Amino acid sequence: MSAIANPYAESVELLRVDDIEVIYDSAVLAVSGVSLTVPKGAIIALLGANGAGKSTTLKAISGLVRADRAEVSSGSIHFQGQMSTHTPPHVLVQQGIVHVLEGRHVFAHLTVEENLRSGGFVRRPSRQSLQAGLERIYTWFPRLKEKRKVQAGYTSGGEQQMVAIGRALMTNPSMVLLDEPSMGLAPLIVQEIFEIVSQLNEKEGVSFLLAEQNIPVALKHAHYGYVLETGKIVLSGTAQELLQNTALQDAYLGKKQ
Amino acid sequence: MEFFLEVLTGGLLAGLMYSLVAIGFVLIYKASGVFNFAQGSMVLFSALTFVSLLERGVPFWVSFAVTLLTMIALAWAIERVVLRPLVNRPPITLFMATLGLSYIIEGVAQAMWGAQVHGLELGISDAPLEIGGMLLSQFDLFSAATAGILVLFLSLLFNKTRIGISLRAVADDQLAALAVGIKLQRIWMIVWAVAGFVGLVAGLLWGARLGVQFSLSLVVLKALPVLIIGGFTSIGGAIVGGLIIGASEKLAEVYLGPIIGGGIENWFPYVLALLFLLVRPAGIFGERAIERV
Repeated sequence: MSAIANPYAESVELLRVDDIEVIYDSAVLAVSGVSLTVPKGAIIALLGANGAGKSTTLKAISGLVRADRAEVSSGSIHFQGQMSTHTPPHVLVQQGIVHVLEGRHVFAHLTVEENLRSGGFVRRPSRQSLQAGLERIYTWFPRLKEKRKVQAGYTSGGEQQMVAIGRALMTNPSMVLLDEPSMGLAPLIVQEIFEIVSQLNEKEGVSFLLAEQNIPVALKHAHYGYVLETGKIVLSGTAQELLQNTALQDAYLGKKQ
Repeated sequence: MEFFLEVLTGGLLAGLMYSLVAIGFVLIYKASGVFNFAQGSMVLFSALTFVSLLERGVPFWVSFAVTLLTMIALAWAIERVVLRPLVNRPPITLFMATLGLSYIIEGVAQAMWGAQVHGLELGISDAPLEIGGMLLSQFDLFSAATAGILVLFLSLLFNKTRIGISLRAVADDQLAALAVGIKLQRIWMIVWAVAGFVGLVAGLLWGARLGVQFSLSLVVLKALPVLIIGGFTSIGGAIVGGLIIGASEKLAEVYLGPIIGGGIENWFPYVLALLFLLVRPAGIFGERAIERV
């Protein structure tokens, strides 16, 4: 338990990104020289403004860059000590990386429950273990149980975010890449979702790499953070250090005159 | 009254023949949001392959199995060569690709088996059967039953199985499907193979009716109004659309025909489809786009 409570005590490296460069359409350089690590059991924040390269970095890790006609052109990504730079997305999901996309991307015409189920298939579980997985998600998100028969497209933004996270959890991940969970949601819902993220981290030891523009909320729940600016890491430190860093304050919260 | 019922029932049964073709479109549209222009060629290709095997003395069921395997191989090839390089491109790109594909499939079919007309005998008599005072074609009854079984099978596949849920997930959002580990390539291959199977069934029934020939690929034109009325995303809709088209074109021919000069049957479905487009563009059972602001 202590290893989870204090991820830096043992600091087993779960993910290591080494100096990666991502190019779109063989022409547009989106990210260059990004390096970061996610220790086992940690919540790591990836901060930065719009277009800084947060989503691209996450997609590079989950292998989804290729679906966007982009590629990791240099550098390397290791997950659980294994080279994973060019591993196809479904293999990465099997290995334990799951990506919750920016903008939620629920399957709008599928019911909430079908959405959740769809996340479970990758492990080819038995009927019972799929059902057990569902019950686990409903314990985390009781609200989804009430809406299980509703088409996901007709649920609220907060509920869709819960569906997206729940669907990802159904893959039984050891690391969740969470892209802009706060986007377009009311502050109270954002708080609720981040609370659940923290709890999942503490109680189930799931690691998170979360991209956020909402720096105060992200740093409140993260242990450590990296700041991206125009495709490069410009700053990193513990949540405490970053909160006190004036450069960060200046860049994203407005300069004090 | 009896005459009316007979025309109506005959029309409904004939309509199911259109549904059979329409279902093939629905499958691919559901799973990839693409109107597969090549569906007609797949109908032709499967019927031509089947009948050519039959003519070379291959037994019925062996021919069926070989043709089915050919359709699966075709699906595999299409996924590899056409769909995989086009992941996440706009639907119109994929549509254009299927347009090209339809010519290739037609060309290959005729290069392999020649362009002459083949007769196809499925061993089902077309002699009318008297049921409740109505004369109904046995062949039509057989096709209707086939359509029914096919729909039952497909709706179980789509709604109750993991493959079905994955298929619909891919149809909704490819990137999200990839993100939860669904293998896009596998899903596409399955859906094209199932569409190939549906094409084969449609090809056999239509081939037995019209003869297996190049113009068989044109039966898809009758599937269009069916899709517009029933909706592009609903297999049940394809059935209902087919019933509506079949019944209305026959009734129009018999009752309106004499008034405005006959030959209505050929164009009436399109007029009906146009009217539907004005009133209900997504079709009766089509999924309307869910948009939240």
